[in-house]
Amino acid sequence: MGAMEAVVLTIITASTPLLIAAIGELVVERSGVLNLGVEGMMVVGAVCAFAAAYTTGSPWIGVLAGVLSGVGMSVLFGFLTQTLVTNQVASGLSLTLLGLGLSGLIGEGFTGLPGVKMTAIEIPALTEIPFIGPVLFGQDPLVYVSFMLVAAVAYVLTRTRIGLIIRAVGGNHHSAHALGYNVIAVRYGCIMFGGACAGLAGAYLSLSYTPQWIENMTAGRGWIALALVVFATWVPFRVLIGAYLFGTIWIMGLYVQGMGVGIPSQFLSALPYLVTIAALVVISGNRLLTKVNTPACIGQSFVPDR
Amino acid sequence: MKRMIGAVLAIAMTVAAGGAIAADKLKVGFIYVGPIGDHGWTYQHHQGLLAVEEAYGDKVETVYVEKVAEGPDAERAITRLARQGAGMIFTTSFGFMEQTLKVAEKFPDVKFEHATGYKRADNVSTYSGRFYEGRYVIGQIAAKMSKSGVAGYIASFPIPEVVRGINSFMLGAQSINPDFKVKVVWVNSWFDPGKEADAAKVLIGQGADIMTQHTDSTAPLQIAAEQGIMGFGQASDMLKFAPKNQMTSIVDDWAPYYVRRVGEVLDGSWKSEDTWGGMDVGMVNMSAYTNLPDDVVAMAKKTQASITDGSFHPFTGPIFKQDGSQAAGAGEVLDEGTLLGMNWYVKGIDDKLPQ
Repeated sequence: MGAMEAVVLTIITASTPLLIAAIGELVVERSGVLNLGVEGMMVVGAVCAFAAAYTTGSPWIGVLAGVLSGVGMSVLFGFLTQTLVTNQVASGLSLTLLGLGLSGLIGEGFTGLPGVKMTAIEIPALTEIPFIGPVLFGQDPLVYVSFMLVAAVAYVLTRTRIGLIIRAVGGNHHSAHALGYNVIAVRYGCIMFGGACAGLAGAYLSLSYTPQWIENMTAGRGWIALALVVFATWVPFRVLIGAYLFGTIWIMGLYVQGMGVGIPSQFLSALPYLVTIAALVVISGNRLLTKVNTPACIGQSFVPDR
Repeated sequence: MKRMIGAVLAIAMTVAAGGAIAADKLKVGFIYVGPIGDHGWTYQHHQGLLAVEEAYGDKVETVYVEKVAEGPDAERAITRLARQGAGMIFTTSFGFMEQTLKVAEKFPDVKFEHATGYKRADNVSTYSGRFYEGRYVIGQIAAKMSKSGVAGYIASFPIPEVVRGINSFMLGAQSINPDFKVKVVWVNSWFDPGKEADAAKVLIGQGADIMTQHTDSTAPLQIAAEQGIMGFGQASDMLKFAPKNQMTSIVDDWAPYYVRRVGEVLDGSWKSEDTWGGMDVGMVNMSAYTNLPDDVVAMAKKTQASITDGSFHPFTGPIFKQDGSQAAGAGEVLDEGTLLGMNWYVKGIDDKLPQ
């Protein structure tokens, strides 16, 4: 396997969990809800996916468990913020704290066990093409799912009636309500989609990225996903670019070290974050870019008037 | 009796433990940096705890706290154990050094044992293993088994302990193949499976066909197995994570030391000292040599035996530093002080040391 090919493959695996989690959060935020609990939902997804896969021996049941547990966590968030109308920032943060603690509890008996690895799809003839083969056709299924998710979200948000309703709810919930849309129900739906994506991202970590369960194994990836949504100014394809930019710099940092160039490793570890911050600054400097897509109602609670 | 303490119970327990000091039983506390389930560093320390229980039965009571972060958290955890009446406390990571000394000052009657540190006090001993001895052996194996002549080395933090390991590995490899190359990637963490896995993939992509690590998770070895290259376990036997790809593992065996030191507290002969044990006292072991041809196994066993009986020291000259200056003349062995404070690479390592 060539060096370039290995780097590209590693970048893909490093970027995929960020992409999946971010695309889910993008939909949530487009509906006007800010869920800071991505990290918590992701880590619970990771542990549930691992536990289910380990117990049953099937990675697909693991994926299902990861998704469902993510949805479960998000429904809790939905109940708090939509039904009980609590503060979204506080609820999201507590969801993350809850997720980190809860996953440790669930995972107590699963730490350090050899996991069930999701096998890559191998298409015999195509996978053997040099470079293009393994990169395009040799990935594990969730990588393809992540791309499909981006395309689907982009399509639904911009080209369908449902997408229009979601954006209307996020843009002005009073108007959407006046038009007869059930704002709370739409937001519940989007929150659950976000939870499913975060759970799936967690499942990717514990089933494919490093097939094992370790406490706090998300290691801040949920927060990076959150930042990527803003980085992308709520546009699906920009989330794709952002996730891969972050993954590329992350892996190149390790790659450069292996070449023995002599750049301090601490600096290389910090570089992806620095670049993300720099990109955020540049983007938020461009008023037009942010204004067009920013959901006007983000973070605001909605109580329907009678 | 084995008891586990959740961090949540901390306050309740501190209050409850006020006067509950058992008169006849020695309470022995352990502070772990990782989870017992890491199957590496912390797992091995826990084996030591089990050995202490086994050896002294009713005369001791053991308590442990796992996943204690290095830094201020450690001070709280150590203080808690001391308040609960522990007569002896093992703090099992380098990063607990300052906290151990601080707490030791407040509890002069409690005996402290700090792993891999270098600061002592009247009631604080230090102990460590000469893991570099094992690294020399695996360096030799790596050079024998590698086809590309390049090994990938995943390192944690640039402290002397880790640098010494890299140098010893390199010296072992150079004794077989003078042109052997080691590629080092620092992940700046003891335990981050995701990052360790990424680093392993990158190293393999850069031509490494032997994987070794000075981090605590099993991830690099698992990646090695997945991509079909050979590797070494770290701190404990990781064979079950890579049954066809682990060649051997450097195993830290703390049990004999822990049993002896607890015994000394029980009979009152304990005093503060520094222990740096190697293969000779069984603190450093090699797990079974697997997936290797017979001649390589024979060579490894021979080196292991000569280190164990003291006839050979891995840091025997001539040793040249990376900058070309000579660190040890032919036949000369580096002194302990140089080994303990090692902050330079030997010649041939393709990396600059992060400062």
